[in-house]
Amino acid sequence: MTAILGRIGRMALGIVARAGDLLLLAMQSLALGLRPPWRLRPFMEQLYAVGVGSLVVIAVTGAFTGMVLALQGYYTLAKFGSESLLGAGVALSIIRELGPVLGAFMLIGRAGSAITAEIGVMRVTEQIDALAMMAVNPKARVVLPRLVATTLALPVLVAIFDAVGILAGYVVGVDLLGVNPGAFWAEIQAKTTGEDLNEGWIKALVFGFLIGAICTWMGWRAKPTTEGVAAATTHAVVLASLAVLIADYIMTSFFL
Amino acid sequence: MPNYRRVEIITGAFVLLGIAAAFWLALQVGQVGGFGNHGYRLVAEFDDAGGVRPGADVMMAGVVIGRVEEVRLKDNEKALVVMRINDGVKIATDAFASIRTKGIIGDRYVRITQGMEEEYLADGDEIEETESALNLEDLISKYIFTSSGKKE
Amino acid sequence: MPRLCLRVMLRAENLSKRFGDLVAVRPMDLAIPAGGVTCIMGGSGSGKTTLLRMLAGLLAPTTGRIWFDGHEITALSERELFRLRRRMGMVFQYSALLNSLNVYENVAFPLKEHTDLPESVIAKVVAMKLEQVGLRGTEHLMPSELSGGMMKRVAFARALVTDPDVVFFDEPTSGLDPISAGVITTLIHEISEHTGMTAIVVTHDVHAGLAIADHVLIMWQGEVIARGTPDEIRASRDPRVRQFIEGRPDGPIPFSRSRTPYWEDLISRTGAPR
Repeated sequence: MTAILGRIGRMALGIVARAGDLLLLAMQSLALGLRPPWRLRPFMEQLYAVGVGSLVVIAVTGAFTGMVLALQGYYTLAKFGSESLLGAGVALSIIRELGPVLGAFMLIGRAGSAITAEIGVMRVTEQIDALAMMAVNPKARVVLPRLVATTLALPVLVAIFDAVGILAGYVVGVDLLGVNPGAFWAEIQAKTTGEDLNEGWIKALVFGFLIGAICTWMGWRAKPTTEGVAAATTHAVVLASLAVLIADYIMTSFFL
Repeated sequence: MPNYRRVEIITGAFVLLGIAAAFWLALQVGQVGGFGNHGYRLVAEFDDAGGVRPGADVMMAGVVIGRVEEVRLKDNEKALVVMRINDGVKIATDAFASIRTKGIIGDRYVRITQGMEEEYLADGDEIEETESALNLEDLISKYIFTSSGKKE
Repeated sequence: MPRLCLRVMLRAENLSKRFGDLVAVRPMDLAIPAGGVTCIMGGSGSGKTTLLRMLAGLLAPTTGRIWFDGHEITALSERELFRLRRRMGMVFQYSALLNSLNVYENVAFPLKEHTDLPESVIAKVVAMKLEQVGLRGTEHLMPSELSGGMMKRVAFARALVTDPDVVFFDEPTSGLDPISAGVITTLIHEISEHTGMTAIVVTHDVHAGLAIADHVLIMWQGEVIARGTPDEIRASRDPRVRQFIEGRPDGPIPFSRSRTPYWEDLISRTGAPR
């Protein structure tokens, strides 16, 4: 019995210690960002890699999400004769929930895993140490730009996801299923508010930061072997996805 | 990765695209809320608010002119509905507010019927004439006793 | 040739490192003179790379303190350590070039980070350093397009580009063809002689090490078993030192790491080792 308790205790302590280490790396990196030298270039390059690199996959995901929501929503709403609510249903689901969450998942798959692998490889090949020996703090040069890039890129990507998703829902709902176009937009206007949009932005910002913090930390602490980097990449995807879902639940319960 | 100049340009375009998308969304979404509060407030008392909720439409002649901001109990007896009416919509002092349902099982909304007076309601004023939500009993009694269906 | 050394560049006291149960470096005191080439030699697993990484401030020691030109690097804040690192350079065993940058950008990197020199000046400095390692004309190549030996020479140019006071070399000749290895060892020697740079070289290449060193440390199982000038080392009577510099398979340093008798494994083992 005490042995089991001891194991649970050790596990809990281990989790707390890791979470602390993760936050410490993110916070130290952010603190370094407050001090000169400031260089725009690494941030631009990461924003390009993370944001532009994920644009197509996010837009496609958004389009199909909107289309499926329109189909499913129409099927359900038609049973109550309220097809006119389709626009509002699609817009609310996407803006409040699916845009930030699915956008975050795609970002994890497209950019987050790459961040972990990249930092892990830099660790294995001693590039992190080499930066340190060239008097360049690798936390400022390697971790910080990636952390900032995911945090800033996700809200931008989510805005694009939302817009594409609603337009795709319009195409399916109005052009294919014959919902009245006026009712589609009017119901969006009537049922969604700026607060719904704000909830989406805030979620995207928080998810982006979580993804950046988790994926950079996983790479930073990867065992410096080929297997270590491979394992860290897988774990980063799983952990970041879980963190996004948990944070989503907590934040949704706060907003409602 | 392409050369840095191109990285800058493409990244800039990417961010602009995102901002454009955000703006478009903000335009499509309802005009009230989010970016400061526009419009003016009116209140109305009902015997029965019929479950109208904050966010419900306020309509005149079938056009959305505002939104319900707050619903609360007044004097442990009546329902007080606070509405925010869009700027530019003028409502006469003798206008008439009623709580209606879109379709048979649709959303509740507040319908305002324009009055005849030349004076208009301002921020914080009350619409005196109201009609409560219809419920089935009212409907039946209205049908039977056609003379005295209207409650205040 | 041994030279008169007035100043101690790196000093360590009671320095040791453990990884879990494994003792990598046993407690030792150390003083590395300013100027000249100090070679740390030993077989693989003797703790020499661990020692080098501790001296460079990349690895925190388990016990002990280290001074770099009077600054105690084991007590510095991260920020102060990074400032002090501007006076250091390092050539890593596997080069550690930044693989998103080409050769020119890699060599120019420390200059762009720490100086405000105009691009035209940087280009000249980079060309000079690349010429020294025989790689001028490869500026536009990416690290993935280079051979191991070329990468190492680029890393060498990069470590020297800011003219640091101390350069750490981790196995500078491993994986190089004899000509490149010769070029690198000669360069280390010449640059140290001409500029007064302190070179700390970890190597298991006995001949190259003894040829260029002013000061030699020989390590075995985490301990320094001999130190002195190359001539003193060559004249050493310690059987472990003799075995190492002569490269004999048998002697006090066992080649085999197995603990059980050989025949036992052959006779008794029936399945795969567990």
